[in-house]
Amino acid sequence: MIKRSKKYSVFSLVKNALSYHENWQPAWRNPEIKKEYDAIIVGGGGHGLTTAYYLAKNHGIKNIAVVEKGWIGGGNTGRNTTIIRSNYLWDQSAAIYDHALKLWEGMSQELNYNVMFSQRGVMNVAHNLHDVRELKRRWHANRLNGVDCEWLNTKEVKKFCPVINTSPNIRYPVLGATLQRRAGTARHDAVAWGYARGADAMGVDIIQNCEVTEININNGNVTGIETTRGTIKSKKIGVVCAGHSSVIAKMAGIKLPLESRPLQALVSEPVKPVIDTVVMSNTIHAYVSQSDKGELVIGAGTDGYNSYSQRGGFNIVEDTIMAIVELFPLFSRMKMLRHWGGIVDICPDASPIISKTHINGLYFNCGWGTGGFKATPGSGWVFAHTIANDQPHALNAPFSINRFSSGELVDEHGAAAVAH
Amino acid sequence: MLIINCPYCGEREQEEFSCGGEAHIERPKNPPDLNDDQWADYLFLRQNIKGLQYERWNHSFGCRQWFNVARNTATDEILAVYKMGEKPPALESNNPITPCGEPAIGSGNFSTSKK
Ligand SMILES: Cc1cc2nc3c(=O)[nH]c(=O)nc-3n(C[C@H](O)[C@H](O)[C@H](O)COP(=O)(O)OP(=O)(O)OC[C@H]3O[C@@H](n4cnc5c(N)ncnc54)[C@H](O)[C@@H]3O)c2cc1C
Ligand SMILES: [Zn+2]
Repeated sequence: MIKRSKKYSVFSLVKNALSYHENWQPAWRNPEIKKEYDAIIVGGGGHGLTTAYYLAKNHGIKNIAVVEKGWIGGGNTGRNTTIIRSNYLWDQSAAIYDHALKLWEGMSQELNYNVMFSQRGVMNVAHNLHDVRELKRRWHANRLNGVDCEWLNTKEVKKFCPVINTSPNIRYPVLGATLQRRAGTARHDAVAWGYARGADAMGVDIIQNCEVTEININNGNVTGIETTRGTIKSKKIGVVCAGHSSVIAKMAGIKLPLESRPLQALVSEPVKPVIDTVVMSNTIHAYVSQSDKGELVIGAGTDGYNSYSQRGGFNIVEDTIMAIVELFPLFSRMKMLRHWGGIVDICPDASPIISKTHINGLYFNCGWGTGGFKATPGSGWVFAHTIANDQPHALNAPFSINRFSSGELVDEHGAAAVAH
Repeated sequence: MLIINCPYCGEREQEEFSCGGEAHIERPKNPPDLNDDQWADYLFLRQNIKGLQYERWNHSFGCRQWFNVARNTATDEILAVYKMGEKPPALESNNPITPCGEPAIGSGNFSTSKK
């Protein structure tokens, strides 16, 4: 068996520096697949890995496999613009996203892995009277829910983020903004790797390059999965496959209310620090932050049609860049270095599904769409609870699949700002 | 960006069109008799296929006509265009080898389908 790197510390750094960093051990094992597990998590993105981690840590279920078709974090977890915030409108959303935000605040210490969580604040900018009303409504709703939020007028916006164009003469002038100071960004890959390492240390098998091709069901009970690397048995299966959720659901004869669409992002050449917060605008659809490497991280909107191709239309990128350049004229000559797409699972009410199904032992966690990165630890926390107890945690009870029949939707479309 | 062959105007850039989602979903004939699950199925549940999908498009910044498109959602290839009311054509398409695998053209993650 390979020896795993134990605790990372200043001493381990010095020790490994002496051997030119050639002797670091892998952060997790590459295990043999067992015949049977107590639980299988399908999908090794952030949400799948946190689910396994909290199943082991909070519920003592350690004989778990996380089965991933590619490499962990290669889905939307490693493709998103890493905005973390909890300033959602409705009580149900504020509760689950703020629970997640609290977990982010202690994550690097808990995992002994630096996820570079940076509470640099997120500003949601208003450009017209309607925006002002909506954002002020959200500001008050947030405060009633104990979620920190402030209202900034145009002058205060300029003071908080000096490079933003607050001229009254632009097409969409800045009329104010909400600011959540506890919000910010984190390093997405590190989140996947940190939770993978933590889960592995508790005995979870992380199995990469293994695609689930069938779900085995007997008399309404789940019995296991077929994969490109053989059959694996388990009486509990949690599916956390983002854009591919509908494909997996179909294997179990379930139809979901999801549509999978490309969502694109791009980064610029690295420059010196110029913007130390996250700026989001719903109306002109732009959002931007700057990574610690100095790149501007810019997110676009979704394409208007279903696709699994992990690439979107150029017109979408063009729209976003137009908006960015109007808000930040000084970025107009920057070169964009990389550009990519991820496939997001859009739910009709822009809220997730974290739910049991009518098949015993089969659970789905999906529908996070364009905005689930921020929820990564909270999502795993409540999904682990749901799987372990065969009933939802209070925080995810409102996010059952049954809401599409009952009509109790949690409509965050308008309220979720620019939805990321 | 897709190039779509409008049956009325010919080939145009996708920016001129809007997608109306899954095709051939019929409005229930007996609405008062439907239970909540049947309504959910009609209103919200979608096949969301990876591979050959039949969908509706509207030439919203052109002739404004609706029509159907058969498209492979794994590769974005458009395989056929046909008018509203017509039956979906039976087509061969380059579907992924495994249900969630990536096709030979398309995106970066070939881990399971490129043999
Ligand atoms: C461009 C972009 C920008 C975004 N920006 C933000 C943002 O700023 N803030 C925010 O909060 N959210 C954002 N999001 C959304 C966020 O990335 C997702 O909601 C979140 O990362 C989903 O995590 P996940 O673990 O559920 O999914 P993923 O990370 O996609 O993981 C799902 C995994 O399942 C695997 N899988 C699929 N099929 C199978 C199979 N058959 N067998 C085995 N494994 C399978 C996939 O390979 C994948 O690794 C953005 C998304 C994109 C694409
Ligand atoms: Zn036309």
